[in-house]
Amino acid sequence: MSRSAIPTLHELSVPGRHGVDLPAPDVPMATLPAADVRADCGLPELSQLDVVRHYLALSQRNFGVDTGFYPLGSCTMKYNPKVNEEIARFPAFAETHPLQDIDTVQGNLALMFELQQWLAEIGGFAGVSLQPAAGAHGEFTGLLMMRAYHHARGDHKRTRILIPDSAHGTNPASTTMAGFTAVELPSDERGNVHLEAVRAACDETVAGIMMTNPNTLGLFEEQIEQVVSLVHGCGGLVYGDGANMNALAGIARPGDLGFDVMHFNLHKTFSTPHGGGGPGAGPVGVSARLTDFLPGPLIARDGDSYGLAEPKKSIGRVSTYFGNFGMFVRAYAYIRRHGAAGLRANSEHAVLNANYLRVKLRDAYVVPYDRINMHEFVCQGAIDGTGVRALDVAKRLLDYGFHPPTNYFPLIVPEALMIEPTETESKPTLDAFAAAMHAIAQEAKSDPTLVKSAPHDTPVRRVDEVKAARELVLADRVKVG
Amino acid sequence: MSYVPHTNAERSEMLKAIGVADMADLFPDVPARVRFPKLDLPRPVSELDIAREMRALGGRNVAVDPSLSFLGAGAYHHFRPAEVDYVLSRGEFYTSYTQYQPEVSQGMLQALFEYQSMICRLTGMEVSNASHYDGATALAEAVLLALNVAQGKRGKIVLSPAIHPQYRAVLKTYLGGTHAATIVGDEDASADLPRLTSLVDQDTAAFVIQSPNFFGQCEAVEGLADAVHRAGALLVVVTDPIALGLFRPPGSYGADVVVCDGQSLGIPPSFGGPHLGVFAARMAHVRRLSGHLVGETVDADGRRAYVLTLATREQHIRRAKATSNICTNSAVCALGAAVYLATMGNNGLRQVAELCFHKSHYAAGAIGKLKGFTVNPQAPTQTFFKEFVVRLPHPAAEVNRHLRERHGIIGGYDLGRDYPQLRGHMLLAVTEVNTRASIDRLVRALSEIAR
Repeated sequence: MSRSAIPTLHELSVPGRHGVDLPAPDVPMATLPAADVRADCGLPELSQLDVVRHYLALSQRNFGVDTGFYPLGSCTMKYNPKVNEEIARFPAFAETHPLQDIDTVQGNLALMFELQQWLAEIGGFAGVSLQPAAGAHGEFTGLLMMRAYHHARGDHKRTRILIPDSAHGTNPASTTMAGFTAVELPSDERGNVHLEAVRAACDETVAGIMMTNPNTLGLFEEQIEQVVSLVHGCGGLVYGDGANMNALAGIARPGDLGFDVMHFNLHKTFSTPHGGGGPGAGPVGVSARLTDFLPGPLIARDGDSYGLAEPKKSIGRVSTYFGNFGMFVRAYAYIRRHGAAGLRANSEHAVLNANYLRVKLRDAYVVPYDRINMHEFVCQGAIDGTGVRALDVAKRLLDYGFHPPTNYFPLIVPEALMIEPTETESKPTLDAFAAAMHAIAQEAKSDPTLVKSAPHDTPVRRVDEVKAARELVLADRVKVG
Repeated sequence: MSYVPHTNAERSEMLKAIGVADMADLFPDVPARVRFPKLDLPRPVSELDIAREMRALGGRNVAVDPSLSFLGAGAYHHFRPAEVDYVLSRGEFYTSYTQYQPEVSQGMLQALFEYQSMICRLTGMEVSNASHYDGATALAEAVLLALNVAQGKRGKIVLSPAIHPQYRAVLKTYLGGTHAATIVGDEDASADLPRLTSLVDQDTAAFVIQSPNFFGQCEAVEGLADAVHRAGALLVVVTDPIALGLFRPPGSYGADVVVCDGQSLGIPPSFGGPHLGVFAARMAHVRRLSGHLVGETVDADGRRAYVLTLATREQHIRRAKATSNICTNSAVCALGAAVYLATMGNNGLRQVAELCFHKSHYAAGAIGKLKGFTVNPQAPTQTFFKEFVVRLPHPAAEVNRHLRERHGIIGGYDLGRDYPQLRGHMLLAVTEVNTRASIDRLVRALSEIAR
């Protein structure tokens, strides 16, 4: 593999080169307002072949699920079916404009209506809004609804949101954005949120709790029913972080456990691609007492036709138009392909794969909560007496051709490696990964420098993050023309 | 079980290794009361059937010929070079996630760095993040940034009514979470820029305008930034990325934050999403920006490399004190926009912008000559780009029905939906994909209902 830097677009640019062939104006030219017209917009000038080769070269320096095993905990990096990519690009979907008259987009509305219904059924909720664009956006939406719910009851005392210390960082960040104060709760020795801490925190200032279940240790909260009942008992609501729903589809419905609101990550559980960081989609499901507060418009059915409906006390829009429709198309096709039995089988195999890896790795790495887990589990990456840390193990995995697990999260486990294999990985892949992990544990003892200086076989070696943050070069400095 | 690869033999072996008898034993902690619900979902279809079924569902939409659509209002039909989708279809890109492991993410990191570079040049700003969800949420985060800069000492936001109504709605939802902020300006739909500017005072955190505005008009921005800065506020500008191919960028007239929806840059309308939130600012605000930032650095051997930087602003590090909760963004759309901008290049984007300018003026000129139709009645002499307002002799819904049913044309946006005083007005968009023949067809169709 060539390791020389790939020139940037601006370095490749040659003034006068052009990449597209646009038609000359077929209408009379209007007079441009000279004073407002810019001389140059500073974009590079390249041929089409330059552009294609550039991005092909870049793609070869990027690792996706299509490249190899990607056990990034809490991210559910499962296979993204190609047929869904094809379908989302059908002009009948992709070329429709969001402000067209609703009688011209009945297919799109039918699709969204069904998806609302299906997600409500899968999660056990009374209503769903598809609008939030991502998981964190769904959290923010849910918290605003919780706030609106309390205020609508004339209850303005509730300013606190309880959040276990194992939660994703988005939970407290969303809490602050929604104007609440985050209160961190400790975990108990079995990895559950500490029930006594929940009990002690519950009072008339609690707006609700944010529970990730299974939690980020991959454990189903053993006292979830007591937690829900304590929070409801003090007048609070229960928010579910749906990031780990890939363990639960067809296994248990958060709504049946008493959750009042939850976001779904369509890009996790329902296989819409992660896109190098996005776009995702974060629909929210709610219990009956919150349906009036959902962001509108919702899709409503009237006989054979579909229209838009605004919930009575809606918190308002959280994004333009309907949200990330292209993701709805993919998720719809995915649910349609699976049906109830298929979704349950997905979750079962996701859990099977994670437990299998846990037992395969526990001889070489400390598994702090070594019991039946759900779709992911956490082990510790530090190898005793060698100085090798989780980060080193993660980097060495790159040399073996695997994407590393999430590392240093959750924060409550030192040297955490959080492993989520997903259901679409086969036993031979899991065995190969486990073999690599064992080999690295051996290397840590026989040649710790090899591990600590990894990776060795990647396009670049460890990068200088301190320099990046100190010198802050955030845009290409090469001048064009 | 379509994408699950396990054979029965493998499954048994794995269960045995774990020490359980069957799959149901993997869920001992799930309360029996709720375990294994019977889900009421339709029976699954095969991979062969799914495309057929989805095609039928799409067939329930009226097929749109983009050259015969004149609907814009924030989402547009533009030419998309084939290179864009070719690159977006690379699995190495679209099946990856956020670049937490830079050694195997250099491709996406460099692509996003180049995206940031091009957005900076296009907007005239110093720093761009690696994308936000859409234009409206980017605007909401820009206002949160301004409130953050004001550190609780200023809570007033002056908002132009000529900003996309849905952007204003999203902003108001975002501010619903106690940020002690009040919005003024947009309650009076006819407030013009001088009047809005007079509202900017010592309590103002941000003055927010859109140019070209929701009605397609370029605002008179000369001297605006000075007035805003004298009061100690920030100037936040919502813009159109295609217009930036032609007009002076907001950075050149003193904007502090520039946001827009990047859908026009190679991304299909897709019924409103996913789109791309573009977010650019002055370097002074870099530590208050939301979202990922890619920075240039070197690797252990001194080679140029890229990495996510200033993560200490972000939720996974700062948690409750983060500048924003954003995690997943719109990276693959940013990649698409980058490929678009690289392919169009300096001259191509200018050409697209000029085509939009000339064609929209041609259409406006012809429609303005029809009896009963008035173009841009509220601001007849102001420069406009790509979109313009038409006062109609009939209700907008009736005009659109006539266009569609008789002529197969998707008409404009009914402005009465958001602006009561603009009942009977529509907003028409004309881009490079609308041919002279299609514009002439629109004008003929409208002439049938002239009076």
